[in-house]
Amino acid sequence: MHKVVTLPKPAHSLTMATHQFRLYIAGESVNSKLALSNLKSFCDTYYPNNYHIEQIDVLLSPDIAWAQGVTATPMLLRLTPAPAIKMMGNLSDTAQLINSLADTHG
Amino acid sequence: MTMPRSTIQTTQLNKTPTGIRGLDEITYGGLPQGRCTLLAGGPGCGKTVLALQILVNGAKQGEPGVFVAFEEDASRIVINAATFGWDLPDLQNKDLFFLDGKPRPEDIWAGDFELTGLLAILKAKADQIKAKRIVFDSIDVLLSLLDNPKAERRELFRLNDWLVTNGMTGIVTCKNNDSGMSGLDYKDFMQYMVDCVINLTHEMDDRVAHRSLRVVKYRGSGFYSGEVTLLLGEQGAEIIAFPESTHDQIASNKRISSGVPRLDSMLGGGYYRGSAVLLSGAPGTSKSSLCGMFILAACERGEACLYVSFDESVSEIVRNLKSININLAPHVDSGLLHIESIRSSLAGTEEQVGNLRKLIELYEPECFVIDPLSAIVHSEGDSRRRMPEKILTLTKASGITLLCTSLLGNGGDSLNEETGIQISAVADTWIHISYSILGGERNRALSIIKSRGSEHSNQVRELVIDKLGITLADVYQADGEVLMGTARWQKEQDEIAAERLLLANVQHRRRVIELAQDEVNARVKILQVDLAVKQKELDLLMVTEDARRGHLETNRDELWNKRSGDDNDTIALAVPKDA
Repeated sequence: MHKVVTLPKPAHSLTMATHQFRLYIAGESVNSKLALSNLKSFCDTYYPNNYHIEQIDVLLSPDIAWAQGVTATPMLLRLTPAPAIKMMGNLSDTAQLINSLADTHG
Repeated sequence: MTMPRSTIQTTQLNKTPTGIRGLDEITYGGLPQGRCTLLAGGPGCGKTVLALQILVNGAKQGEPGVFVAFEEDASRIVINAATFGWDLPDLQNKDLFFLDGKPRPEDIWAGDFELTGLLAILKAKADQIKAKRIVFDSIDVLLSLLDNPKAERRELFRLNDWLVTNGMTGIVTCKNNDSGMSGLDYKDFMQYMVDCVINLTHEMDDRVAHRSLRVVKYRGSGFYSGEVTLLLGEQGAEIIAFPESTHDQIASNKRISSGVPRLDSMLGGGYYRGSAVLLSGAPGTSKSSLCGMFILAACERGEACLYVSFDESVSEIVRNLKSININLAPHVDSGLLHIESIRSSLAGTEEQVGNLRKLIELYEPECFVIDPLSAIVHSEGDSRRRMPEKILTLTKASGITLLCTSLLGNGGDSLNEETGIQISAVADTWIHISYSILGGERNRALSIIKSRGSEHSNQVRELVIDKLGITLADVYQADGEVLMGTARWQKEQDEIAAERLLLANVQHRRRVIELAQDEVNARVKILQVDLAVKQKELDLLMVTEDARRGHLETNRDELWNKRSGDDNDTIALAVPKDA
């Protein structure tokens, strides 16, 4: 019963997006909101219209989060492109965010 | 299982037994139920093992638990714990769950994060399995990644609140901040926050690893504040705590034999039952043999016995004692006697004392020998020195008669206590055996230094061992020297000869006097015969005289009648009546 929010409305179909993310958040917490907006603005800058964010609220879907081994929230997973990247925090550290995703952002 | 906070706060403090005996003893019943306990200590202190064991013990008692591992892989923890025989595979994913929270090197940390999500996950899991206990192992590993003391404190508060709100008994482990690293001192901060704090330490003590722990704080409960030993043994964590010494045990007036009759009489009837006896002496002064005699006597009375040796193997003990006519084998076979051989070098003092306690509880002996007690004291540390006292306290509480030996130098009469053991003050009876070297011989001299509550001999006795066993012999003094061995034997022979001579003399003089008595008696008889003869002579004389007188009177009357002259009066004047 996890909640999937897709932002923004994809120009292409879901599977066509080259950058796919899964973001684990904890309800409406400040860090959860920050992470989402930080990620969104990053993607809008670097992958306009070519990204997909699946958002999972661990408060609502704790079983999925347990299976995934989520310990700190927010937690971001980059599903594609490879390699898979796991990133913890509200993504306010923009430099870290750019550095980590830089090699593949073009 | 969620309880409103107000309810929790008004509820009386309950305790969650850890199932680890020593820990339950020093916390007077366990950890605070539904609250948070901090286990703090450096690397290798046993925090993880201790926390996991509390969880495992709970799981076995119907209190499922969750282990959140931040420092080690959960899979590695399970593998490491396999040696403890806790049946983890049986419990795992049924009553015991692991969550792997160890940060990976490839993980990227970008900005502030929180535990809200983790706690929500754990809450769901806990509700599902009805968990009562939860461990956060090395929470500092995760939270220090925040790199922001304010945020780190915020999350610790969040964690503590969550535990209290959910009524789970929580254990949080963290390291000491003694590495001088900047940032939040977790231990220091959490000490104030949580309800119970236990400090763990790990140090080397004379090349033996020594782990210990201490309860620092326990809100709403008393606790034992001293340091106790933590062992990581075959069964996992074991904590050796000893009850405080109680001095109100009922002292027995019964005596039991030391196995050596003359020693019993020196002691005024033997050892008191339930007392502690110290047997000190240089190596080879046959302390072990005296132990053997004591045990044999006890076995023959049908009492359960325990013999712990730190020097010899079981077979060596049995063989060596048999050579002096102390045959313990039948009693070992019958199960009356248990002999345990322990290597002294491998473990710390507290661990050895813990082992001894386990043996006592297993075999429940009435008579107990530790040979030698000095073997388990490694260091000069004050706390270690006092450990043997704890054994004595233990045996006294159980009414066990303890005979322990201790190596003491042979420096003349100086019974100094530089041996590292202060048991002589606690022991009720102290027997010392020393060597006496004289005339090219080394002999053993036994004396009783003290024996509480009984008259005892102040005499030195020579301890003689032969294939018939141990006996005590009198010692002699000659020219200010104590004679033992062959010198004693020679002296004994001299005394026997002198005694014989004296006896012969007396017998001779007695014969002489008896002969003289006989002679006098004979003379008395002769004189008595003489006396009788004289009496007879006297009697005869008197009879003859009476006859003569009667005859004379008859003649005078006849003459008067024939003369018819004077009257009777005239004649009476002429003849005197008495002749």
